[in-house]
Formats: sequence, structure tokens, C-alpha cells
Amino acid sequence: MSTDSTIHGTGEVIVSHDTHDAGPEVHHHKETFITKYVFSQDHKMICKQFLITGMIWAILGGLMSVLFRLQLGYPDSTFPWLEDILGKWAKGGKIQPEAYYALITMHGTVLVFFVLTGGLSGTFANFLIPLQIGARDMASPFLNMLSYWFFWMASVVMLTSLFIETGPASGGWTVYPPLSALGDANLGSKGGMDYWITGMALFVVSSLLGGLNYITTILNMRTKGMSMTRLPLTIWAILFTAILGVLSFPVLLSGLILLLFDRHAGTSFYLSDIFISATQKALPNEGGSPILYQHLFWFLGHPEVYIIILPAMGLVSEVMAINSRKPIFGYMAMVGSLMAITILAFLVWAHHMFVTGLNPFLGSVFVLLTLLIAVPSAIKVFNWLTTLWRGNIRFTPAMLFAIGFVSMFISGGLTGVFLGNSTLDIHLHDTMFIVAHFHIVMGVSAFLGMFCGVYHWFPKMYGRYMNNTMAYIHFWVTFAGAYLIFWPMHYEGLAGLPRRYMDYSGWSSFNQFGGLNRFISTVSMVVFAVQLMFVFNFFYSIFKGRKVISKNPWQANTLEWTTPIRPGHGNWPGEIPEVHRWAYDYGKDGKEFILQTEPLGADEQHH
Amino acid sequence: MSTIFLFAILLMGFVITFQIAKASEYVGILKGEKKNNEQNNRINGFLMIVFLVLGLIGVYWCNELFKGKILGKAASDHGEKIDSMLYITIAITGVVFFITQILLFWFSFKYQYSEKRKGYYFPHNNKLEVIWTVVPAIALTVLVGFGLMYWYQITGEAPKNAMEVEVTGKQFNWIFRYPGKDNVFGNKYYKNISDAENNSLGLLWDDPKTHDDIVVTNTMYLVVNQPVKLIINSRDVIHDVGLVAFRMKMDAVPGTPTTMWFTPKYTTQEMKKMTNNPDFEYEISCDQMCGKSHFSMKGTVQVVSPEEFILWRAKQVPNYAQVMKDKMPSTPAADSVKTTAVNMPAKLVATN
Repeated sequence: MSTDSTIHGTGEVIVSHDTHDAGPEVHHHKETFITKYVFSQDHKMICKQFLITGMIWAILGGLMSVLFRLQLGYPDSTFPWLEDILGKWAKGGKIQPEAYYALITMHGTVLVFFVLTGGLSGTFANFLIPLQIGARDMASPFLNMLSYWFFWMASVVMLTSLFIETGPASGGWTVYPPLSALGDANLGSKGGMDYWITGMALFVVSSLLGGLNYITTILNMRTKGMSMTRLPLTIWAILFTAILGVLSFPVLLSGLILLLFDRHAGTSFYLSDIFISATQKALPNEGGSPILYQHLFWFLGHPEVYIIILPAMGLVSEVMAINSRKPIFGYMAMVGSLMAITILAFLVWAHHMFVTGLNPFLGSVFVLLTLLIAVPSAIKVFNWLTTLWRGNIRFTPAMLFAIGFVSMFISGGLTGVFLGNSTLDIHLHDTMFIVAHFHIVMGVSAFLGMFCGVYHWFPKMYGRYMNNTMAYIHFWVTFAGAYLIFWPMHYEGLAGLPRRYMDYSGWSSFNQFGGLNRFISTVSMVVFAVQLMFVFNFFYSIFKGRKVISKNPWQANTLEWTTPIRPGHGNWPGEIPEVHRWAYDYGKDGKEFILQTEPLGADEQHH
Repeated sequence: MSTIFLFAILLMGFVITFQIAKASEYVGILKGEKKNNEQNNRINGFLMIVFLVLGLIGVYWCNELFKGKILGKAASDHGEKIDSMLYITIAITGVVFFITQILLFWFSFKYQYSEKRKGYYFPHNNKLEVIWTVVPAIALTVLVGFGLMYWYQITGEAPKNAMEVEVTGKQFNWIFRYPGKDNVFGNKYYKNISDAENNSLGLLWDDPKTHDDIVVTNTMYLVVNQPVKLIINSRDVIHDVGLVAFRMKMDAVPGTPTTMWFTPKYTTQEMKKMTNNPDFEYEISCDQMCGKSHFSMKGTVQVVSPEEFILWRAKQVPNYAQVMKDKMPSTPAADSVKTTAVNMPAKLVATN
């Protein structure tokens, strides 16, 4: 690319104050505890802040699921200790309906937004973009810092909402009005909903600041020779993720602001013809449409699932190539399919709304566009399979999680073909089938992708390895456990069990799965316990893990492995390395791996 | 007490795992990194194939266990279409599922690390990529084709002879309205709703068309083999009329009526016999989160023969008549005549 040298030049100017003498350890400005660990502008530190905040949220979100699974698995039992920790929300040791719905709502909100968007993108975009494109930091380290601190503020607001008297939001993570707009219709729609909207607004700000920064950095700050087609797939995935976020989050924010107006300013964007049974009052609002909210919400909501899954795909592609010791198969097809998914992501939102009374013709357009996404997804799966084919696979923990990701993505993707077809959606909509589907395809898959990234890049983050034995146990229990939880759940969905029910025993059509629900609940507790072990392994290894002794422990090609074992602010002590080839020359010409910085040989073919 | 015990066991298990993990790390260092990695590779490669085999057995076993508990007989014509669509989709996705999962784990096992092997440099192959772009595209075209064919049949116009019933969801039960003798629903306005005055739908009494409208709660009566068109409303938040046995579902949106139609194929009695379940009921579940009692917002459908339906309807007192009766405790003569007329068929039903 002809502009590379100028781009490279700009990158240097911005951060040259860090490096023009003895290396990144020597700074002109003094680093205090505050600037290094709290208000840090170093992308590597911000990455760790996102990761650890995300982990705390994941534990909380996971714990919520354990609590409501307890109710689902044992609807007739009482657990006195629940009353000790939850108070009035678990009167007599039994989770109250309001608490149950608050738990599922916050579980969804926390995991979708705070863990798998903030935690996943925030961590790996921040960590990998500068290191893999050859930049000393983000385009704007200051905005980057703000991005984390807005995320932190969003977290504080959301966390606070758990403790207010009327409880947090409890209308489902999609917070559909009128339920979410009317405090009289739903306890969680009183104060908790305002906290929810505020928290999400702050979250959107964080996401936009981060996203704009990621896009700018990737487009402008690649090192010399790093053309777009030489970027590792991680960076491509993050680029598309950021584009999705920047274009769709503002729509969510606008939808939420209208909701706020309906709640407090007497407007009727979403409200019409409502008579509240609890107060025996008819509301004055006429002419609004709750369906408008659903359009606005899902215009973000659907891209959101790709915001979650694309970074995981990028991480998995990279780790899979490295540990198969061969190039990722079909690099351009991988980039092309990421792009196709990104574009289609904006054109399928109404498949969440097939049974809202949507015009059937409009529905059929969305069926077509939705099932079209299966094509780029299929390309990716077959390319991953071909990457494994005739490789020389090293089962590092990261590689196991990468393989697990592909397995989960296949399973969850295929059930998406059921749901995207409006005819089947009539029966399967809002049943446990959709719960199983999206937990597998974006919940578990994205988590496996995230673990894959954490295990793989942990040595680069902390200069130590995580414990392998615990990692292997973590993988096999999580992977097998996830299938045990969600595979049979599809059967509940086929039987029509509606989601968001806290007790099925009063229904003659739905009460046949008591034993299965107990089984699922038990397994989910075991899987949760194993995640705690992962967290322990993570923190233990930061301080006590086996030390990394070589710069490139995985024999990988990308630039982050040319930095010192513990890179300082600025990443490379001397000049930023120049790139001469793509990231996937594994097993080429009899060589195990060829770093991107190595010049092409005289008669060597460009890939 | 048992909880504390449980936590103690968990903690113990964790400490033991941790000690083993730590020890194995030291052993690994002693053995040398290379040898240790090779061993880990063999174990995990083996586990890959074990997982595949156990997984496939598990898939089979799970199906054996639950296939009798899902998808009882579809009780409507649309339901049958949805079921056939389901089987087509299961067949196509099932093939893909088995092929890709088996390849994934088989490759992982087969191409696990060996000192002798080198990764095969195979960056791309246009022919292969075209194949797996085109083949899924064709498979999906088939699915979209069938899907849309059924979709248009199901969501198309209801037949002319369809009976109309208005369904209204509220927190947390269902209200049904039948148009009465004139076959027209009278006007209503939500601000007229008053549960105290027995006007749960806000019917406008100055519109004479409301006077014969029948309003009932909890149980909806439908006629077997006669198409029915539901006009769906909500009084407060979004609900969803979920009819699992008919495989139908439609949201109830405040301010925006929605519709769906279908033809029930079996009466409730027939279903009881067919399912060998004397407690069988057609249930209406709320399938859209609607508040704290969402999970118990239940209604039932009684599918009956045309004769039974006529008898049932004759027994019903129109909402207007009920309200007037409440207002005027002294019963006018005309009303008592109606009551006796209604009572007679009730006896007939009982003797039947």
C-alpha cells in the first residue's frame, strides 16, 4: 500500500516522546500509581482493566443464572440461605417472581453488554490492535482511557440498581415497553429501569469512544508494510466489530431516550390504549406503538450478536492457524465473509419480530436476508475445518477452546436456520429453543473464543503462563457441560415451553420436563464452579505462574511476539518493526513459521 | 448445615485440583517442556475422539429420551405444515451437523502433533471455496422456498367462513369476545374499561352492535374443522397468544390489533383419546414477558363440535345484558324469558 510510509510516519510522531532514547522503560513523564494502574493511557493496561471488570461482571452474571436455575430446577423446594442473602426477594427461602424476573433480566444485560461486548471487545481490541498492527498505542490513548472509565461508570450505575428498594429492571434484557415504561405494571420498571437506561447510555458512550478509536487506529496507524491484506484476522474482526458498534449503538441510545421520555415526560412514542389492572386506571397516551421500540432495539440488538461473535471468530482464526502450524485457509474468504456478515447484520433485525403482527411480506424479505447469513457462516466453518486438515495440531489450552468454539458455532448456527425461517419461528419463537440457540451460538461460543484469547495472550499480558492442568479441566468441563445444559434444552423448546417462565408445573402442556430441568440446573452449577477455578487460575498465574522465557512462546508470526517479554508503554524499545509478509506463513518452504518482519526471500512467492 | 457441608466439599475438591495442577506443572518442568507438551497432546487428542463418540451416543440417547415428550400431534392444519417444515429443516441441518462435527473432531484427533509431520502449507483453493459457498446457498434456497411457501399459506387471508373471536390479553389472564348474533363486534374504547362495572373491554354501550357481544374469560370455545380468525389485542403490556398444540403464536400489542387464523382439527375430547391423556387441555400460554405472573397467565381452548358450540353460545349472557342486570336489580320480564331459554340447552348438555 503506497500510503503505508506516511501512515507509519504519523504513528511515530504521535508517540515518539516515549522512545527516542533508551526505550520504553525510560519515560519523560513520571509514572505514578494513579497514571499507571488507574487512569492509565497505555492500551495494555486498559485492556487488563476491561478484562478484569468483565470477569467480575461475568461472575455476578453467572451467579444470577445459578440462582434462577435453582428456582427452575427445584420449583417446589425452599432454600433458607437464599433469604439470608436476598432478604425480601427470597421470602421463605423461595425466589419471588419479581426477583426471578430481575435476575433473568440482569443476567442477560450483564452478559450481553458488560461481559461479551465490553469485556470481550474492550480487552482484545485494546490489547491486540496496537501490538498486531505495529503501533505504539491507540490513535487517542486519552479517549481510550475515557472509554474504560465510562464503562466503569456504567458498571457502577448498573450495579447500584441491584440494591435499590424496588429492585433492578425486570422486563427482560430487551426491556420492551409498555412493560418497561410503566412502573405500575412491573415493579422493576420503577427506579430500576431509570438506572438501567442511564447505565446503558454510559455504556453506549464507552462503546462509541472505544469503537471510533479502534477504527481510526487500524486504518491510520499500521506500521510500514502492514497493508490491510497483511493484517491478522483478529484485527479484521475487531475492525468490523467496531464498525457495527459505531453504526448501531446510537440507534439503541435513541430508542432508550424515547423510552425515558415516555416514562417521565408524558410522551406517547411507545404507549397507546393502556389500562393498568393494578391501579384500575386508563392512561392518557394514545397513538404510540410499542413495535417502534422493537425496531429501534433490534436495529442494535441484531448487530449486537455479531459484535459479540466477530471478535471471538478473529481470535479463534488466529489461534487455530498458529497451533495447526499451517496458514488459515482462505484468508480472503475469511475477510470477505466477515464483511458479508457485517453488512447483513444490519438487514435482518426484524427476524426477531416475526410474530409481532409484522406484515408477512416484510417478514419474508427478512427470512431471505437472515438465511443468507448462513452462507458466510458456512464458509467460515469449512475454512476452519480445512485449516485443521493436515495440520500438526498442538493442543494448547487456547487451541482446545478454539476447536470448542467451532463446534459450538456449528451447533448454534444450525439452530439459527430453524429460527430464521419465519414458518418455524411461529412455533419456536420465545420458547426454550431460542434460549438454547443463542446461548450456544453467542453465549458459549463467545465465551470459548474469549477464553481462547485469554489463554493464548496471557503470556504476552503478564509474562507468565496460566496453569495448564487447570486450563484443561476448565476446557473439558465447560465444553461438555455447555452441551449438557443446552442440547436437551432444544427439546423443551420443540415442546413449546415458553421462555421466562419460573415454574412449569401448573401447565399440562409443559410439565413433562421436571427431571430435565433439575439436571440442567445441576450441570450449570458445576460449570459455574469451574469458571471460578478459571478466575483463580488467572489471578494466581499473574503472580505465581510459570515465567515466560522466550519472546515468542507459541512460535507465532504476528508482531506482538517481536516485543520484549514484558513490553513497556510504547511496545517496542527501538524502531517499530517493518512488515514484509502476511501473518500466516506457517509451514511454508519447510519452515515452521516465518515472522511477519522477515523480508521475502529472493524467489519466494507472495502467498 | 448441608449447605455448609456442600461448600466444604466443593472447597476441598478445589484445593485438591489446585494441588494436582501445581504438582503436574512441576513434573512438567522436570520432564522437560517438549515431553510434557507431547503427553498433553496425546491426552487431549484422545479426549477429542472420546468426546465425539460419547457426544454422538449422547445425541442419540437424548433423542430417545425426549422424542415422545415433544411435538404431540399438531392439532391444526397450520400446525401440520409447521411440523413438516420442521422435519425438512431437521433433515438438512442434521446432515450438515453430523458431517461438520465429525470432521472437526476427527481432524483434531488425526492431525494431532507428531514430530514426523509438518503442517501442510495450503493457504487457499478457489475450487473448494466455491463449492462450499454454492452448496450451502442451494440448501438454504430450498429451506427458504419451503419456508416461504408455508409462511404465505399460514399468514394469508383467513377463509371467508372463518369464525371471528377477539382475544384480549391483560395482566394476567385472557378475555375473549364473540360478536353475537349480528356477527359484528361493537365498538370499544379503552378509556371505558372498568372492571368494577363489568366492562372489561371498554365496550361502548351507545353502539347497539355491542349489545349482543359475548365476553368470557379464561376459556375460549372453538368449533372443530371450522377456520377461526383471532383478532388479538392487549389491554396493558405486550402479551402473546401461544397455542402450542396448534403450533400458533401471535403477539398481543396494545393499540395495534393483530390477527391469526387456523383450523382446529380435533376436539378436546378427541385429543384426550388420541394422546391417551385424560387431563389433556388445549392451553393458551403467554409467550411474551408481561410481568411478575407471566409464567401463570393461562387460558384454555375448548374445541367442540358445531352442535356443542351452538349450545354453549346460547347459554352465554351478553356482556350488555349482564351490565344492565347489575344496574337494575328488579329483573324485567324480557330478561327472565331469556334466562329460561338459555337454561334449557344447558340441561341437554348435561344429559348428553
